[in-house]
Amino acid sequence: MSSQTGISKTEPLIRTVKRAELSKNRIFLLRIVALVLAIVAGGLFLLCIGYNPFQVYGTIIYGAFRSGMAIQATVKIMIPLLITSLGVALAFKMQFWNIGAEGQIIMGAIFATYFALFHADWPHWLLLAVMFLAGMAGGGLWALLPAVFKVKFNTNETLFTLMLNYIALNLIVFFRDGPWADPQSGGFPKIATFDANAQLNKVFGVQAGWIIGLVLVVVVYIYLRYTKQGYEISVVGISKPTARYAGMNVKKIVLRTMFASGAICGIAGMVQAAGSDATLATGVAGGVGFTAIIVAWLGQLNPVSILVVTALFSILEKGSSVVESSMGLSADCSDVLQGIILFFVLGCEFFIRYRFVTRKKGGANK
Amino acid sequence: MAQSEEKYAIELKGISKSFGTVKANDGINLNLKYGEILALLGENGSGKTTLMNMLSGIYHPDEGTIRVAGKEALINSPTDAASLGIGMIHQHFKLVNVFSAMDNIVLGTQEKLLKAKVLREKVEEISRNFGLEIDPEKKVYNMSVSEKQTVEIMKVLYRGADILILDEPTAVLTPQETEKLFAILREMKAQGRAIIIITHKLNEVLAISDRVTILRRGKSIDTVMTAQTDEKKLTELMVGRPVELSISRPKVEEKKSVLEVRDLNVVRADKTKALKNISFDMKSGEILGVVGIAGSGQKELCETLAGLIRPVSGELSYRQESIIGKTPGQIQEMGIRMGFVPEDRLGMGLVSTMGMTDNMLLKTYRKKKGMFVDRRPAKELAEQLVQELEIMTPNVETPVRMLSGGNVQKVLLGREIGSGPNVLITAYPVRGLDINSSYLIYDLLNEQKKKQVAVLLVGEDLDVMLELTDRILVLCHGEITGIVDSENTTKEQLGLMMTGMTKEVAVGE
Repeated sequence: MSSQTGISKTEPLIRTVKRAELSKNRIFLLRIVALVLAIVAGGLFLLCIGYNPFQVYGTIIYGAFRSGMAIQATVKIMIPLLITSLGVALAFKMQFWNIGAEGQIIMGAIFATYFALFHADWPHWLLLAVMFLAGMAGGGLWALLPAVFKVKFNTNETLFTLMLNYIALNLIVFFRDGPWADPQSGGFPKIATFDANAQLNKVFGVQAGWIIGLVLVVVVYIYLRYTKQGYEISVVGISKPTARYAGMNVKKIVLRTMFASGAICGIAGMVQAAGSDATLATGVAGGVGFTAIIVAWLGQLNPVSILVVTALFSILEKGSSVVESSMGLSADCSDVLQGIILFFVLGCEFFIRYRFVTRKKGGANK
Repeated sequence: MAQSEEKYAIELKGISKSFGTVKANDGINLNLKYGEILALLGENGSGKTTLMNMLSGIYHPDEGTIRVAGKEALINSPTDAASLGIGMIHQHFKLVNVFSAMDNIVLGTQEKLLKAKVLREKVEEISRNFGLEIDPEKKVYNMSVSEKQTVEIMKVLYRGADILILDEPTAVLTPQETEKLFAILREMKAQGRAIIIITHKLNEVLAISDRVTILRRGKSIDTVMTAQTDEKKLTELMVGRPVELSISRPKVEEKKSVLEVRDLNVVRADKTKALKNISFDMKSGEILGVVGIAGSGQKELCETLAGLIRPVSGELSYRQESIIGKTPGQIQEMGIRMGFVPEDRLGMGLVSTMGMTDNMLLKTYRKKKGMFVDRRPAKELAEQLVQELEIMTPNVETPVRMLSGGNVQKVLLGREIGSGPNVLITAYPVRGLDINSSYLIYDLLNEQKKKQVAVLLVGEDLDVMLELTDRILVLCHGEITGIVDSENTTKEQLGLMMTGMTKEVAVGE
């Protein structure tokens, strides 16, 4: 290779080359490797700020499972995240960017709270059933709004759903400071605690929301995989022209699916308010609507994988709070760890499709 | 390093390139002299475009060496290619629509901006040299396809390219425009430039080239002198075995008007008129061809018939029953079985990420009662199609986007024919297919015709259209410029109608 001309004298140091389609096992393996690397990188980070990574990781796992109460607390974190992730997954499957789960959770909670506050005298199961349906209606209608504008005027659903979050949040503030203010709070801004009759029962020491969550995993799985509507969602998500070509009513499907997506998020709101908080607080959604977006994608929009990812996220969150209290590590550090995991796991998607080739070795050696 | 007895413009040795498991190029050798036109011939998917993309710096070869003007070259970017004097004219134009011809020509050059007057002189000088006709001030969006192509050619000439690569340049041109392009290419050749023209049209290869290099499945099979070969030999080299090149036109005695179209007017999303006062009949047992320059309203015509576009005015009736303004779903409910093979197979006709089974469901899933889909009959149909049409797929659940173009088309056409259509609309059904698959598709269409189906076939290869169809409808700027009997029409006549010439003459008289 002596006489080379042209502008650049050498090949680029690294090139990306498209890979052959990998087998499912290889892809799974690659994801595990990414997870391991993420844990290693997170460990290095912990080492840098002066902590023993083994001790921190150990405390996270131990903290999440050390006692019956700890496990209950972990599950409690899981419930709204799981339900909401399933909700947004439905919209994402249709390639509708529902960033408004936060608002839909809140609206579900507000609708349900109305019955909890003003019809607490109804029979317990009837009241809960009505609250459940109200939660679905609240979240569903809140999600329907951007969907209507999308199909009528082709507005940008990402911005629309995002902005509705803030409106919903301030609606709680309005109810808390105005019509639903708790007269017994002594000036402290809050909504009254729900009557015991309006609270979700506990099963195995945790509010019954976990049963609802698990049932929803199965329902959403079957819905997406085996029903006509689920089939329609997949087709619309991949190609709207194909859906129209097939004679599908795309507008109807978008509206229906967004209602369902919002309704499920609304259930999360109802469950959180009536099960965990026993009141309606401004933190009822508490960022779950955003975390759910990450969970849904990490779970590849598959309800069963979403269940697994939710569990991991909840363990990390509960464990980190223990690390925070027992080792004095700031709560922000757990966010950093989460970020590192996301970086690696999402980054590995690139390596599923491409690989790097370095100079001179060429692409010949597979 | 005294290796060159004769200095080649381009020498490729052992070029290989893979995409995933697909070996697009496999040890290709090719050379090109100055003052020569080399035709690169091969079926779709044989690796022609990949090879040329490596010359123009878009891809990087996995193996092999490229020599330009006798010296080994590494081409890492289109800029490198340009500085080596290589210019590529892509099949899909890469022009800025709102810019003038002149702006597009200078766009991306490194030198500092010249005054408009100097620039215009330079552009006009190149025009004169090669007989290119171009108005430097004209905006691209006002240009016809052949004008746009001229701008693309100007672009590479302006950059001083002496090696030109044209990727299927005639695909979008009428026979007359093709002649004009060839005259320009011959002029360039006379002035010592080296030209590679990629094509799969044999008559053009014979008309323009000095030598032909044939690619088959990523390998360079042979290079022959054009003067010493003919269509038959080239086809054999291209396909790898002798091929019978004739298309039959079976006679069907009984023909009834099935679909009547009257004064159809269709407007595009940007308010421009796509179809103007279109009237014609589709008859059972007949293949009606539709030809026209790309973008003359073919797509809109198909989609309007299929119920995807709502026309602004006009009548559309199936056996006296009006279907105007009906959606595809409503047309299905009326009991009309309308098969439609759209131009965009993976983007409209099929769901690219789903397997064959789920794609079979697309138009029939609604018929079953209840809320669940029944995948069993769809799977059976898929398996039947795999057998009958010899579709190459690992299994019926493999996403269809992973199949080759020919197999994708078989899946789509198979499904539409499988539904037992009364009317079958097909747009460019053989585009991108190899010769064998193309002939299989022609046979399938003829079979449908014999079954008293009314077939509409939008096509681009005029030779094939004249042989296969019964009547041909010619579109020009959304208007019908003629509906002619295929048996008594020539390619030249079609070409004139496609540009609207004959109509203008008729109006002038």
